[in-house]
Amino acid sequence: MSSAAHTSPETSQDLLLSLAGVTKRFGALVANDAIDLTVHKSEIVALLGENGAGKTTLMNILFGHYVADEGTVTVASRDGNLEQLEPGAPQAALDAGIGMVHQHFTLAENLTGLDNIVLGTEPIFRLRRDRSTARAKLGELMAGSGLNVDLDQPVYKLTVGEKQRVEILKALYRDARLLVLDEPTAVLTPQEADSLFAILRKLAANGLAVIIIAHKLAEVLAVSHRIAVLRGGAKVGEMLTSDANHKSIAELMVGREVPASRRTARDPGKPVIPLRDVTIDRGDSRRSLHGVNVTAREGEILGIAGVSGNGQAALAQLIAGLDKPDSGTVEIFGETVTKFDAHTFAQNGIARIPEDRHHDGMVGSMTVAENIAIEDVRSPEYQKLGFLDFDAIRKRAEHAISDYDVRCPGPDAPARLLSGGNIQKLILARVLEKSPKLILANQPSRGLDVGAQSEVHRRLLAARQGGAAVILISEDLDELLTISDQIAVIHAGHITPAMPTDSIDRSELGLMMAGQKAATHAAHAATTTNPGETA
Amino acid sequence: MIRFEPRSNPGPFLVYGVPVLAAAIAILLAAIPLALAGAPIIEAYGLMISGAFGSVFSTSEMLTRATPLILTGLAAAIAFRAKLWNIGAEGQLYMGAMAAVAVGAGVIDGPSWVMIPVVILAGMAAGALMLIGPTLLKTRLGVDEVVTTLLLNFIVLLFVQMMLEGALKDPMSMGWPQSEPIIDSAAFPALLERMRVHIGLIIALVSAVALAIFVKRTVWGFEIRAVGENAAAAKFSGISVTKTMILVAALSGGLAGLAGVSEVAGTRGYLATDLSPGYGYAGIVVAMLARLSPIGVIASAFFVASVFVGADSMSRAIGVSSYLADLIVAMALLCVLIGGFLTRFKVHFDRKSAHG
Repeated sequence: MSSAAHTSPETSQDLLLSLAGVTKRFGALVANDAIDLTVHKSEIVALLGENGAGKTTLMNILFGHYVADEGTVTVASRDGNLEQLEPGAPQAALDAGIGMVHQHFTLAENLTGLDNIVLGTEPIFRLRRDRSTARAKLGELMAGSGLNVDLDQPVYKLTVGEKQRVEILKALYRDARLLVLDEPTAVLTPQEADSLFAILRKLAANGLAVIIIAHKLAEVLAVSHRIAVLRGGAKVGEMLTSDANHKSIAELMVGREVPASRRTARDPGKPVIPLRDVTIDRGDSRRSLHGVNVTAREGEILGIAGVSGNGQAALAQLIAGLDKPDSGTVEIFGETVTKFDAHTFAQNGIARIPEDRHHDGMVGSMTVAENIAIEDVRSPEYQKLGFLDFDAIRKRAEHAISDYDVRCPGPDAPARLLSGGNIQKLILARVLEKSPKLILANQPSRGLDVGAQSEVHRRLLAARQGGAAVILISEDLDELLTISDQIAVIHAGHITPAMPTDSIDRSELGLMMAGQKAATHAAHAATTTNPGETA
Repeated sequence: MIRFEPRSNPGPFLVYGVPVLAAAIAILLAAIPLALAGAPIIEAYGLMISGAFGSVFSTSEMLTRATPLILTGLAAAIAFRAKLWNIGAEGQLYMGAMAAVAVGAGVIDGPSWVMIPVVILAGMAAGALMLIGPTLLKTRLGVDEVVTTLLLNFIVLLFVQMMLEGALKDPMSMGWPQSEPIIDSAAFPALLERMRVHIGLIIALVSAVALAIFVKRTVWGFEIRAVGENAAAAKFSGISVTKTMILVAALSGGLAGLAGVSEVAGTRGYLATDLSPGYGYAGIVVAMLARLSPIGVIASAFFVASVFVGADSMSRAIGVSSYLADLIVAMALLCVLIGGFLTRFKVHFDRKSAHG
């Protein structure tokens, strides 16, 4: 069933884009190996693959940022003739009607949506602006697709979902016939993601071709018509979505069987970290908490669900020892904390996995070994009279590299050479090796591929089994519902009481994340959803 | 069209070869202004080389000039490693020199093995304090240290002038604004008889090696590297950014102060406001040429000193302005910056298409 079936129901007249034999090498690394890919009008193609599989390289070739060593990119012109796209010319790709929506939006926050959309399409020297034609065109686009957004609001006032709509409108306004979306749901609530999918289906029905780069399998299955899977630079499979299932795609992506993460029953122990009425007011809702109570217990994973920017950062800073509360108390291992200091926290059994692993998790120019030892260089194990014991540091790194399967040239290689998944393994090796009693995992699997995600979950579950309390801050509901014992929702700096995962309804959780439903309703709601199924 | 692709891991040739190549290209480029000035080019190069290396005397002069450059180069290198932009080495140098004069011009006396360390410590402490202030302002209040350290240079120079007209003025100087001389027991002994090169050179070389070991092999060096390369990650891992910055400030200011001590106690013998022809600023160039490597600072200080001494002597011999030396050093810096860029990025030249 999962065998690669190159069936294209469409006739060749509908063919819009054809990549043939595209190969790109970087030194010895073959980033793209003879990849063929076609996209037709009205078709949504999902491009799936782990990090480093070659998705980004392929899209960079399509957009003319890279020149392929071999192979051709052919685009149907507006009157239907297939023409080869000039390599290495981004303008040619834009002229051919290829539009891109990046994962990180490229909008000027202080301008309105309309300004952002028409920016660059108007002549610079003009006496007055006539935007009635632009408005008319956009009105038509919005009516035809459901991409509704107030174009006269400055962009900083829009929600993430609305900003994404502005990005899509920007591409469509430039007459895009092929839209490429890079990880479009990474920043959305489940409800926003659903509405995005509805819009994409409508746009496709009107003739737009869509390539969606993704690694959340459930979403890919929900929205796409066809799935192409890349692994190690080569296309390893292509199938109609109707023929695909979750397990078969995951195996194609990873190249082996992916163990399902599963919690085993375990009685929670005593509370490890209670936050009592903690308030941090930093003037900005992203960094503030209001009267928060949280209790994490030994041998339990407490999931904190929420849309990005609702106070998760403040909570994480607090538990990582980087900030102190304005009021309220923090008790760790039964003692009230008076000294909020990252070094003390790290040395006293708190493992901290930072949200932004590149920015906060590693020093790129230092070696893998130095990065693994960074929290402990002052301990007598790794230094004598202030001189580093490089043998001890390297020995620890060698253990970590083999135990945690960190793929790197060696302990002395600079850490910036590592891929995202391997950086995360490096961080896990750094913090979990010391048998911590409390683990703060902030977005531990964000941006990781299926294989690395499952590895992170396995490690967290193993630590839980070993009696550690885990606080898992995540925006990924599948992750939360799969490995958390209890889930609390954070919204606008308030955290709901924790609810047992088995009693939680997915859509209600989504509403709570959007701040539209109070916790108590969900906690008492009778539900028949089995969270294991949704993962 | 030109495109730049980042290199993931530049090889050893790129890392070590590029600065050397850049220096060589800069020297070759000096032929252009020489030709414009109508000077005989081959002869000018010959005079430059013999001016810096032609005799024991000229080599000694070159090494004397290199000594403060190594120290201010190290001061800039260690500070820039930690992303503490110390532009104030010139002021720290003068404060170091003034402190050395304050304790070493006869207020106290003792044997050389006491007095030399005393003037060194006094000068280093003064230089260190000069940088710790701006560093605290930076870490506590976010005041830009580029501005504060740069402006302090002028304040210090005026302060030195005031002291030389007042408390520190030598009554025997016949009205010249200069300090009393450093006493013999505190003066740095010469390395060669009747030559100016003095033990300051040895101190500078030892400082460079010690700093290299310190940065690479100690816990504090580790923390400095971590803070400099990624302060957010260093902070997250529990390293105190403020404490590390203060340590760096003490080292950097101390080394610049030591350069002042070396000049006043080794080369000049007394303090005047023309003690440094801008060694503090030249140290920044030296450090950049060396890519902030302490050992590299030795090589680049020798290069800069040779260019200055060689160009000086050439300009006297054939009447070309000695500003040529500044020009060569500036071009070397530009070449190294371009070279550094080429080390990090691969350049592709694509044929521009006709219908682009």
